[in-house]
Amino acid sequence: MDAATWGLIIATFVACFVEMVEATTIVMAMGYTRSWRSALAGTFAALGALAVVTVAAGYALANWLPESALQLAIGGLLLIFGLQWLRKAILRSSGRKAIHDEDAIYREEVAAAKAAGETKTGLDLFAFMVSFKGVFLEGMEVVFIVLTFGLNAGNIPGAAMGAIAAVVIVLGVAIALRRPLSMINENLLKYGVGLLLASFGTYWAVEGLGIFRAGRESIDWPGHDLMILVLLVAWLVLSRIFVAVLRTPASAATAPEVAVEVKK
Amino acid sequence: MKFLKAFAQFWYDFIIGDDWKIAVAVVLALCVTLVAMATGALGDTALTLLGGVAIVVGFAISLAIDVRPKRR
Repeated sequence: MDAATWGLIIATFVACFVEMVEATTIVMAMGYTRSWRSALAGTFAALGALAVVTVAAGYALANWLPESALQLAIGGLLLIFGLQWLRKAILRSSGRKAIHDEDAIYREEVAAAKAAGETKTGLDLFAFMVSFKGVFLEGMEVVFIVLTFGLNAGNIPGAAMGAIAAVVIVLGVAIALRRPLSMINENLLKYGVGLLLASFGTYWAVEGLGIFRAGRESIDWPGHDLMILVLLVAWLVLSRIFVAVLRTPASAATAPEVAVEVKK
Repeated sequence: MKFLKAFAQFWYDFIIGDDWKIAVAVVLALCVTLVAMATGALGDTALTLLGGVAIVVGFAISLAIDVRPKRR
């Protein structure tokens, strides 16, 4: 396997890992406090819906759009996703935003589940819907990342392999531990994924602007694919500069006392 | 109507997320690059560098808006 394929697998693995941890936390909260049957039914219904979306979107993206339009559309969206994640990572590292905490999210979901009241029917609709929504929303981002990275690299199986490995590992750890995966440094992972998405997004979005010129040919970056590595380093350096400039005096002195963030 | 509203809300949450400024920054940066491309004055290398710099500047401005002191 070459370096590009490994890079593709690692990128989709890390992105999928983060989303899976969040979805697993929601499903575990519903399963332990409401009903495992309904939580798992919601999870499988969401996975079914995701499979349909994946096939439909994959076919449409691969067959209907010219290459440069595909680069512009998915590059633009990846860039928006990546910069959102990078923004949060910078604000968290500089002490201006609360730290993401799976334990706190789990407690909030459990409290909401208990407050929702008992259900009389066979299927607990609350557990079903919360699990469905959690898995579908987090899964959509994974589907999008796998499709876009896979299509651009011309290697959907490689991208899917990274995502499947993440699903298997997160589920395996969750089943073994039977508690939220709060020991994972999710903030650091999100920072890494934000850097990756911002770099690939910048590369493809600018390249795809070529759709608007005669011949509809993509704009060529100097150095071609190698420029993605340069962009990755540039975003890393820039983000560290932003963190240093924005760092609050309080966060530098008492970093561990930063409040936790419950919402994503 | 309720379904359409929920459908639109889903896509807004999915694409724009909780900070609309990032999406605006990306669109504006790409528009600036597009205008430069339309003039025909720049080659591919200059266009890509302009696009990259415009995205960074847009991101920096959206961050600056986030952390500016709030007026009381």
